[in-house]
Amino acid sequence: MTDAFLDPLPWLIVLPLAWAAMAFLMGAGRGARLAIVALAMQLFLALILATQVLESGPVTHVVGGWGAPLGIDLLADGLSVAMLLLTQAVALPLAVYAQAYFSREAGQFWPLAGFLLAALNALFLSADLFNLYVTLELLSLAAVGLVALGGKPAQVAAALRYLLVSLTASGAYLMGVALIYGVYGTVSIATLAPLMGSAPPMALWLSAGLMLTGLLAKTALFPFHFWLPPAHGGAAAPVSALLSALVVKASFYLVLRLALDVFPNLTALVAPGLGLLGAAAILYGSWRALRTHHIKRLVAWSTVAQLGYLFLVFPLLAPDGLALQAGVVQAIAHGLAKAAMFAAVGVLMLATGRDTLEGLAGVAHRVPLTLFAFGLAGVTLMGLPPSAGFLAKWLLIDAALSHGQWGWVAVVIGGGLLAAAYVFKVLRQAFLLAPEDSRFQPVPRSMEWAAFVLAAASVVLGLRGVELMALLAQGAP
Amino acid sequence: MTSGLVFALAGVLLFVLGLGGVVMLSHALRRILAFNLMGSGAFLVLVGLAQRDGGVDPVPQAMVLTGIVVAVAATALALALVRRLHGAHRDD
Repeated sequence: MTDAFLDPLPWLIVLPLAWAAMAFLMGAGRGARLAIVALAMQLFLALILATQVLESGPVTHVVGGWGAPLGIDLLADGLSVAMLLLTQAVALPLAVYAQAYFSREAGQFWPLAGFLLAALNALFLSADLFNLYVTLELLSLAAVGLVALGGKPAQVAAALRYLLVSLTASGAYLMGVALIYGVYGTVSIATLAPLMGSAPPMALWLSAGLMLTGLLAKTALFPFHFWLPPAHGGAAAPVSALLSALVVKASFYLVLRLALDVFPNLTALVAPGLGLLGAAAILYGSWRALRTHHIKRLVAWSTVAQLGYLFLVFPLLAPDGLALQAGVVQAIAHGLAKAAMFAAVGVLMLATGRDTLEGLAGVAHRVPLTLFAFGLAGVTLMGLPPSAGFLAKWLLIDAALSHGQWGWVAVVIGGGLLAAAYVFKVLRQAFLLAPEDSRFQPVPRSMEWAAFVLAAASVVLGLRGVELMALLAQGAP
Repeated sequence: MTSGLVFALAGVLLFVLGLGGVVMLSHALRRILAFNLMGSGAFLVLVGLAQRDGGVDPVPQAMVLTGIVVAVAATALALALVRRLHGAHRDD
């Protein structure tokens, strides 16, 4: 009894649900302070869980003492724990940032953020396909609520479009789950894995296709990216950061989980196609980022491009695990760097009162720490050493070379150069002299520091790659 | 052909109709209704396919109940957003 009570797994889900409900009752001011304290505890719990998994392998928790197939099992292996650590590590600085950002009008930010994090943690810990569906829906509902938070017509329209894409995608996923249950009579990933033979029935093909298409739409992989720039580019800065850093990674995690554990044979067939879509996303997203004059849209298009790298992993998946490591490191590096970048852009927009690239002239002298944070995050996106982005791209190139697939190497390097082009476009504008009539608003220091901490983490993580690899090796197939 | 299979085939038909609606219609309210049709189709497949040996399998029924709750919540959110958008356009 006491063992189950001290287990960090259920607490990672219960704690955000509890502070979300409390924040709804207490209002934004005290809700924010409670959220920050609780998020620090969540980060601590995730670290405890990471040490447990490193020492003794994957951890399971049987919810309420009811085992599968009737009850729900929670499972933490290396991959889940890496994503859990990323979630808590991004959420804590962003909460500090949001407390200052929403000093007057927070709306229901804190309850929605709490539900979002509970859904994310539950998703990473779920061990059956139906539970994953429920967490995916909870995540979408919270994310859509956050996009619509400001209540401006453009934000509500973006939220509605996002919701419809997301619901259609989950509908396709659910149909896939229904077909799998019809064929095998179970939805538990651990039970399904050994049942998958080399000659799967037609229904399984259909089900894999439906689930994969649904999840790709949710991850905003090219050509399903159309909903992302308005939703991420139009929301409040802390919301954009949460969505770009974490929410799209959740559906990517699920694609990876399905590819590794449920449909390994079927994935091998579509993997080259996924890689090509990823390459198209990198080139098209970067090109659109270069062309836009709206600073937040630039960062949102950069997300479309960076998500492409995650799908280059699939044609390179092999027992040596290089590609898997590259994918997870890229997910973590992009998560930290993109949260930092949206946070920094939020500060720049508050300071200048403008949202275009032209409006940035002179910010280098007024908010140098924030611009430094933006630059550091840019270093990770470009993939320069010693950042985590460099580690991810290096692993990807290593995997491509060991398979003799040179084409992917060109895409990775080309994408890095394009990222450099759009990052330097912003930096160049920032170092210009401000026009005489421009006015700068003072910005709370905690916001600048939160952006800086996230950006620094994305660079420093590149030096801690060994621990991450050891973690990922736990429970890998 | 068993009754379970009839349900499942009807479910597939409903799902395809709903999917076509969500993708091709432009009116927000119709798209929300089409999404509900998609969901109902998936639920029918879930319950229909699982009734193989004549007996009733309780697990998919529990799943469908959960799914209905999620669909109702999602529909409510979508309707609230449509109302907000409609109100904003009327004020202009």
